[in-house]
Amino acid sequence: MDSSLTNIFPSSSSTIASDVDALFNFIFYASAVFFSIVVGLSILFVIRYRRRGDEPATSQVAHNNLLEIVWTVIPTILVLIVFFWGFKDYVRLYVVPHDALEIKVTAQKWFWSFDYAEGASSVNELVVPVGHPIKLLMSSKDVIHSFAVPQFRIKMDVLPNRYTVAWFEAVDTGSYNIFCTEYCGKGHSEMLGTIRVLPAEESAAWIEANSNMGKGLSLEEFGAMLYKKKACVTCHSIDGSKNTGPTFKGTFGSQEKLKDGSSVIVDENYIRESLLNPKAKVVEGYEPVMPTYQGILKDRQVDALIEYIKTLK
Amino acid sequence: MSDTAPKNYLNEQKGIKSWLLTHDHKRIGLLYLYSIMTFFLVGGVFAVMMRLELWTPPSDLFSPDTYNQLFTLHGAVMIFLFIIPSIPAALGNFVLPLHIGAKDVAFPRLNLASWYIFIIGALFAVYSLVSGGVDTGWTFYTPYSVTTSTAVVPMVFGAFVMGFSSIFTGLNFIVTIHKLRAPGMTWFRMPLFVWGLYATAIIQVLATPVLGITLALLIMERVVGIGIFDPAMGGDPVLYQHFFWFYSHPAVYIMILPGMGIISEVISALSHKKIFGYKAIAFSSLGIALTSFLVWGHHMFISGQSELAAMVFSFLTFFVGIPSGIKMFNWVATLYKGSIDLRAPMLYALAFLFLFSIGGLTGIFLGAMSVDVFLHDTYFIVAHFHYVMVGGTVMALLAGLHYWWPKMFGRMYSEGMARVSALLIFVGFNMTFFTQFMLGIQGMPRRYASYPEQFAPLHGYSSVGSLIMAAGFILMGFYLFYSLFKGARADKNPWGATTLEWSIASPPPSGNFDNVPTIDSDPYEYKTAAGPNG
Ligand code: HEC
Ligand SMILES: [Cu+2]
Repeated sequence: MDSSLTNIFPSSSSTIASDVDALFNFIFYASAVFFSIVVGLSILFVIRYRRRGDEPATSQVAHNNLLEIVWTVIPTILVLIVFFWGFKDYVRLYVVPHDALEIKVTAQKWFWSFDYAEGASSVNELVVPVGHPIKLLMSSKDVIHSFAVPQFRIKMDVLPNRYTVAWFEAVDTGSYNIFCTEYCGKGHSEMLGTIRVLPAEESAAWIEANSNMGKGLSLEEFGAMLYKKKACVTCHSIDGSKNTGPTFKGTFGSQEKLKDGSSVIVDENYIRESLLNPKAKVVEGYEPVMPTYQGILKDRQVDALIEYIKTLK
Repeated sequence: MSDTAPKNYLNEQKGIKSWLLTHDHKRIGLLYLYSIMTFFLVGGVFAVMMRLELWTPPSDLFSPDTYNQLFTLHGAVMIFLFIIPSIPAALGNFVLPLHIGAKDVAFPRLNLASWYIFIIGALFAVYSLVSGGVDTGWTFYTPYSVTTSTAVVPMVFGAFVMGFSSIFTGLNFIVTIHKLRAPGMTWFRMPLFVWGLYATAIIQVLATPVLGITLALLIMERVVGIGIFDPAMGGDPVLYQHFFWFYSHPAVYIMILPGMGIISEVISALSHKKIFGYKAIAFSSLGIALTSFLVWGHHMFISGQSELAAMVFSFLTFFVGIPSGIKMFNWVATLYKGSIDLRAPMLYALAFLFLFSIGGLTGIFLGAMSVDVFLHDTYFIVAHFHYVMVGGTVMALLAGLHYWWPKMFGRMYSEGMARVSALLIFVGFNMTFFTQFMLGIQGMPRRYASYPEQFAPLHGYSSVGSLIMAAGFILMGFYLFYSLFKGARADKNPWGATTLEWSIASPPPSGNFDNVPTIDSDPYEYKTAAGPNG
């Protein structure tokens, strides 16, 4: 196939990708032919029949039934081919193979979390084995998002009121971008993630290690790790600068003014509530966009984050 | 206007009041024309601001919140305040009665009321703009639009109100076309622009109420908390998308059908040749209008709707494309053996053929389900609908504006400057949007305030293109304005065209025709070199 066209595509790294590209190319070349006919003839006629003085047209033919039929029937046949071809691959895109490894995907403003059957979990980073079908069972905690991986040619909306499903089988190891493609507010363009496709053993090892995340670490070290892994870092700084949310620096023990005019001392209980039920108390000067971590953070992880925030003086 | 100019609709009555209370379809057409041009300027400024932000990857010139408002306002202003009323309400109002040999539309008072309703709706939109803006995208998708803290309600209410204006105009035109055709003007002797307006009016009357209901439900959900779309209140967000696209897909044809009508007029008139395939073009307009109601689900292939529904929508989508293809071929065939005059209206009509072909053909990629999954909500979509709406509708609007300008104002603009500006717009447009097809294929999602480094070169190129296009439009604004005062006087029929409006003075007298014309031939009877009239 023409290399100039494949060059602008992202790599085709899933089992379905090259089929999608094949249809894309078919439509591209068929369109190119039609475009050349329409534009080519227009240019030809404009040059050939350009009006120079006041002379009238040299013909007034106004219809030709044979022509009308030809240029109705040929495009109709072509689009029917495109329809069936597109439908065939669409079915493949959404019928999940039986032996697929299921991973739960949760979208919320503005990050992705992934939960594995083994108990492992991660944020914005999905680790999967190469050459094995992966089923994504997806739902959203707030508005509609959309899970898109251009290099796999997959995309599916993620809804707040029901599960949607996507699947892929990666053919090459490597890192691939995840984009949120349904507009979801301020952080929409930051709602990015990575899929790391590893050889089967390495991916299994990662999942194993991740299920025991935090083992052998002190609470404080574990908290520092979660701060990054659970995406707190996208909204809270630790150096005192203001971001989407207030900085963690020096926050513990301080007095915080709330939106409703009251104020509160930042202690363990307040932080716990901020994580599990963030809308209960909203800090003055900030939008109520802190996502709830109910169901995402386990008890020990909440403890760890509290310990970590305490150390940021 | 000097006093020696013969009495016409522009100088017969004077003063602001004579404009604000006019019942003359020509003056109402101009009121619309000035309104939409103002909003086009506003929407255009938003567009350039967006392109400036997107010049470089980080979100630096504006905050993400501001950027989100910019793309929302650009979309909402261009769709609801500019493109939907543009051709039907501005040019349609001016031309339709002239085309069918009538003195006015069927309901002149209602016609004026439509303009006032449009302006009231527009004021709500402007109010929303100054009271915090909107950041939902012009599609107002739930549940985001129910939960955001921006001024969604006034904007949505504005769109709701403007819907009535659109419905009234549609109604007015349907009755006008049925009842006020001059004696002898059978359905198949109507100019094709009239067919285009007729098909458009049907969609306006049938589809717009659904938008009204949807927007009203959205407002009730936000204000009173009735749970229809927001799952937090027990609603279903995908239901909103069905409602919304049930209107908004046919609305695409509200935007393009009258444009296609203009292209038929201009290509025939400036080739001095009978239109090729008159009936095929007329019926394809109706075909488009009817099938356009059955394809809304192709905006929702990945929304979670059932696979079966998706399949049916994809199938029907391909059939709405065929009539547009038929029109393209007929226009090209009209050029064959014509006597092609390359002045400004024709340049824009040719630009239309070029750009709208690309817009239409790229639609096939998006109708093909598996490919749509890949391209949905990327810049490919953005490029596709700009090729359709700017490459199609706006080019047709410009063709029509340059074609009827001498009739409207009795003056000619500078042909030389018109050519330069057409060239700038054509080149700038392709630079801006062709690159966006490539961005989309590379996976660049739409509505991103910042983007990864890998997309930077194409985005930069696109931004430069938008400035070139803007320069073209500024030049156009200048020469058109200048022509109003200093342009050479236009005679009755500067293009040698055959439709009725060219048989009366430029600008026309207030009552259009001194005597009711009687029609005894087809609209496009041109002479042939070798023919008996040669
Ligand atoms: C999408 C952005 C976002 C993310 C991600 C986020 N937060 Fe927040 N957070 C906020 C905002 C905004 C506020 C202030 C408004 C409020 O109180 O709800 C806030 C408030 C807080 C507060 C109260 C702070 C104070 O000074 O009173 C704590 C504690 C907190 N977040 C902890 C966390 C932790 C721990 C994480 C990661 C597990 C996290 N947040 C992730 C946006 C975010
Ligand atoms: Cu999102």
